[in-house]
Amino acid sequence: MKRHLALAAVTALASAFAATAGDVVGTITLKGTPPKEKDITPLKEDPNCGKLHTAMPTTKFYVVGAKGELADVVVSLEGISGKSTGASAKPVVMDQKNCIYVPQILAVQTGQKLVVKNSDPVLHNVHSVPTVAGNPEDNKAQMPGGADLTFSFPKAEEFIKFKCDVHPWMFAWVSVFDHPYFAVSGADGTFKIANVPPGKYTLKANHRKAGVVTQEIEVKDGAPTTVALSLDAK
Amino acid sequence: MDLAEKGSRPLHWFAFLTAAATLVLLGIGGLVTSHGAGMAVPDWPTTYGYNMFFFPFSYWMGGIFYEHSHRLVATLVGVLVVALTRWLGGRPSRLPLAIIGGLELLAGLALGALGPNWRGAGHFLAGIGGVVLLAAAVWARNAPAPRPLPLLGWVAFFGVQIQGLLGGLRVVLFQDEIGIFHATLAQLFFLLLCLVVLLTSRWWRTLAAALSTVGGGPSSRLSWWMLAATALILFQLMIGATMRHQHAGLAIPDFPLAYGKLWPAMDADSVAAYNQQRLEVTALNPITAFQIGLQMTHRLVALLILVAVGVCAAKAWRLARRSGRAQGAVATNRPVQSLARISLVWFDLILVQALLGAATIWSNKAADLATAHVIFGALSLALGGIVTVISFKLPAPAQAGLPVLEPGGRQGWNATANAMSQPFSSRPLPSGAASHTS
Ligand SMILES: [Cu+2]
Repeated sequence: MKRHLALAAVTALASAFAATAGDVVGTITLKGTPPKEKDITPLKEDPNCGKLHTAMPTTKFYVVGAKGELADVVVSLEGISGKSTGASAKPVVMDQKNCIYVPQILAVQTGQKLVVKNSDPVLHNVHSVPTVAGNPEDNKAQMPGGADLTFSFPKAEEFIKFKCDVHPWMFAWVSVFDHPYFAVSGADGTFKIANVPPGKYTLKANHRKAGVVTQEIEVKDGAPTTVALSLDAK
Repeated sequence: MDLAEKGSRPLHWFAFLTAAATLVLLGIGGLVTSHGAGMAVPDWPTTYGYNMFFFPFSYWMGGIFYEHSHRLVATLVGVLVVALTRWLGGRPSRLPLAIIGGLELLAGLALGALGPNWRGAGHFLAGIGGVVLLAAAVWARNAPAPRPLPLLGWVAFFGVQIQGLLGGLRVVLFQDEIGIFHATLAQLFFLLLCLVVLLTSRWWRTLAAALSTVGGGPSSRLSWWMLAATALILFQLMIGATMRHQHAGLAIPDFPLAYGKLWPAMDADSVAAYNQQRLEVTALNPITAFQIGLQMTHRLVALLILVAVGVCAAKAWRLARRSGRAQGAVATNRPVQSLARISLVWFDLILVQALLGAATIWSNKAADLATAHVIFGALSLALGGIVTVISFKLPAPAQAGLPVLEPGGRQGWNATANAMSQPFSSRPLPSGAASHTS
């Protein structure tokens, strides 16, 4: 009897949030020891940007927790397209802080606005370098205290490079999907893709350095799907 | 020294100044790519919205410093070249300069009136037109320099403007390919100015005068060797420019081996592995199999150039020794000896250049070494062009003994030898010359 009640409660709860859709939640861990991050010496030595750092800044190729929780993994469902909510989706924000992009790994939908801020007392140029046809290259100036810049991409493409040519160590990667079913793993290695229509999918986890891993999943009506993925350090 | 001679001295030095400024410009251009700063100023011809001459110095930070300096020095070189064109072309160049300058000024103003998007480019063009008009306004009644110098002046005149346009388009059109062309044209442009320096020199005029009484013979095989080696250097510079403008860093991180092998694996899986193993501090493009192949080609062509220029130097020294022997103790064949000496400098330059190439790899493409590699590349090409032009001017070896028609006379090689002052031939041929040829 108790069990039935509990089940009913879970079902009621789940259906309260999403009647016909489920969340895909999971964790990503890194196996093996990643290479040591590199010092960004040119940043520390830059007369303008160096002042903003007390310690030597380092690269962030592998952002890993104590138990191997891996951040900055772009997780997405494969085989879905044409579902982008485009410009109506809430804009994603990337900031330039202490002459580093924050965050460094982002994901947006096609047509969705990517707003780039400059919180630094120095000027930057924001230079996007897509490679897929239809996504135009762009390069915009941004003075200290300058207005926010807006970028958007019409075509799906993973890891579009953003860089600042004034400060050659500054770079970020933006993945573009033509659907809303993606997420970027956080510092605790977890991710959540919300409101996935029921069905069978291939879940793809893509990390700049550790590479790609995929897993077949089935999203069932009203129940969250839990996944655990692992990537190998290269 | 007649009057014409007197007047050409300052011209020679002005040409030298222009060539030197161009080498500086080329070096800064090398710094721009070495620091990946080609796009550090997103707009052109304005700089972050400012007129480029009024861009506040406090903003000259990071990559902007290189890119903005490049633009300013380029403007200076442009002005120098326009003045050089006017000087080389003499009074007859005033009319065409006035027409071109006037057209550019009008076109610039019209472009500026089209709207705010065109204002920058319009003002830029109008500014060029103004400088050209100023050159046309110079009323000096100087005679044109001897042929083909006025023509070379006009080639430089259009070359420098095309270069400026290409440099600007590379920024606003996002085309790395334009950068490759821009860099290659820069090398040829520097070579052109070096040839103007050579042809305006007293050394060259004396040689030409002497040969006009003797008659320059058909060229030797050496000339063709030199031409081929110079062409090979140009090809090598094009490969280099391509490698630089793909902004992929070192496609192969080790030397003399390549990824630990004599010939690296270039299949897709291997290339993907190379890319994933790279932890670059700066934002570099991923490397491709094409780039690995390109760098291997660059290494092989370097070897070919070393051999080719070595052969040129050896042949030039053998020629100098043979003609020296034919003339006995009287060093009547100074030009041949000068050629031998310059060829040796050329070979040394190539050796330094090869070492700089290796050092660029060993230092993981340190910006200063990579830039020095660009500058020495330009010097190698220019010197190759100079020895080629000189060697084609000289009589063939069979005739090398001929010029002593009037030993002790005022004409011919003896006079030439005396007048052959000093740039390359002030010292006697070292006795160890033979060791260079073996
Ligand atoms: Cu920046």
